Amino acid sequence: MLKKLLVANRGEIAVRIIRAAKDLGIATVAVYSAADADALHVQLADESVNIGPPAAKKSYLSTEALLKAAADTRCDSVHPGYGFLAENADFSDAVKNAGLVFVGPSGDAIRLMGDKVSARVAAARAGVPVVPGSEGRVNGIESARAILEETGFPVMIKAAAGGGGRGIRIANSQAEFEQAFPQAEAEALAAFGDGGLYMEKVIGKARHIEVQVLADGTDAIHCYERECSLQRRRQKVWEEAPSCALSDALREELCASAIALAKAVHYSGAGTVEYLYDDEADRFYFIEMNTRIQVEHPVTEAITGIDLVAEMLRIAGGEKLRLKQSDIAVKGHAIEVRLCAEDPAKDFAPFPGKVDDLRIPGGPGVRFDSMLFSGYQVPPFYDSLLAKLIVHGDTREAAIDRLIRALGELQIGGLKTTKPLFVALAADPSVRAGEVHTRWLESWLTENAAALAN
Amino acid sequence: MAQILSPLPGTFYRSSSPDKPPYKADGDTVAAGDVIGLIEVMKSFHEVRAEVAGSNIRFLADNEEPVMAGAPLADLD
Repeated sequence: MLKKLLVANRGEIAVRIIRAAKDLGIATVAVYSAADADALHVQLADESVNIGPPAAKKSYLSTEALLKAAADTRCDSVHPGYGFLAENADFSDAVKNAGLVFVGPSGDAIRLMGDKVSARVAAARAGVPVVPGSEGRVNGIESARAILEETGFPVMIKAAAGGGGRGIRIANSQAEFEQAFPQAEAEALAAFGDGGLYMEKVIGKARHIEVQVLADGTDAIHCYERECSLQRRRQKVWEEAPSCALSDALREELCASAIALAKAVHYSGAGTVEYLYDDEADRFYFIEMNTRIQVEHPVTEAITGIDLVAEMLRIAGGEKLRLKQSDIAVKGHAIEVRLCAEDPAKDFAPFPGKVDDLRIPGGPGVRFDSMLFSGYQVPPFYDSLLAKLIVHGDTREAAIDRLIRALGELQIGGLKTTKPLFVALAADPSVRAGEVHTRWLESWLTENAAALAN
Repeated sequence: MAQILSPLPGTFYRSSSPDKPPYKADGDTVAAGDVIGLIEVMKSFHEVRAEVAGSNIRFLADNEEPVMAGAPLADLD
């Protein structure tokens, strides 16, 4: 078992990791930039270390500062959380080379899954269905033209080194393709220093469904799926578990494919295999694997009763998987909404203010993961995520009703937040019916802009 | 003399990206509405424009400097 953990992150996920570590009797060290000196994660940890100025590049993204903090406080391990250095293979290697345990997969596993092309090849080899497209990097426009026969139009041209929705172009016809491909090549080279591209069929109406896995390097289990189809600018805003769109047979097939991939790459720790699910064709396709704990992990915890962060820490401490697949069952339905310091009435403009009157919802089936407290000044330098409201009910209907109840109790005074968005979404008949896809929210926002402005 | 203030709290940048030259160099003349820098707030970028014309701009905030709302970014004659 780990003895002392450096939490190399901030915000709600740093708080979440400190809580899991304390529950397991692991001592905790928080790190903070000058802008976060009074943050909640600093207050909750056993010790804390100032790692530099507000700019993330000089603090939370500084491998040198983080390793020095770990050495100075005699930590034996580092948890990267999500974002920042969580999926940086070199950081994982650097932690290991410093004689510490990285709570997550090896640098090689991160590298393999971090490159979209090598991840796709690994998935296809493990028998996981992939979206029709190039088998790897596309070399030149000649071979790209040949791939069009498989994909048809529209086709997506992606930078192999891209991410977060960047470096993507869509061509609707041969003429558009002839223009877009050379542009995408030049752009990828300029933006990422890597001109590698790959191509993929565009699936018109798709749901985003992902499978949570836990693995110890040899064995792997799944904790069922989450659906995260409600997205704005390719960022998830509302997540659920389980998905209301899958049949039991397809769910088993989907989860089995995630395990096959995790085992094939000798994965260790918590990971998520992401898929597109095409309702009409009733088929799923691999998109990528995230080699970190994800923002939306609590919905899986709510339906399975597993503490995923605690399991990560146990695995990192050298334990084999404690749970067998037969131990894991789904109970009820859970929904998470992401409360961000953004004003939905003003096109989600950032709102880094000071919290005054804070009222947190509670009661049965309600969980609130956040770094907020009365008097907290939200710094402008980092992500806008303030809190995650997670509700659980016997059924999806009951979970939505409970979400409405909990949002009614929640007050984050002094800030503009995305709460009004979720009040409106929870009351929407299409959301209630589960009739959504990954581009549904964008058009809903256009139609409902006036309602959010009030 | 006029002063350009930061409209938002965040990180001040003098150019549109690290490999681009600054929007304005010390001593430049500025027209009303010219972009003089960017403020990054919670990962979104906002242009800072001069409200009035002026000459001989002198920057008070450095590139990548954290600033509060209302902080002076530059002086103009």
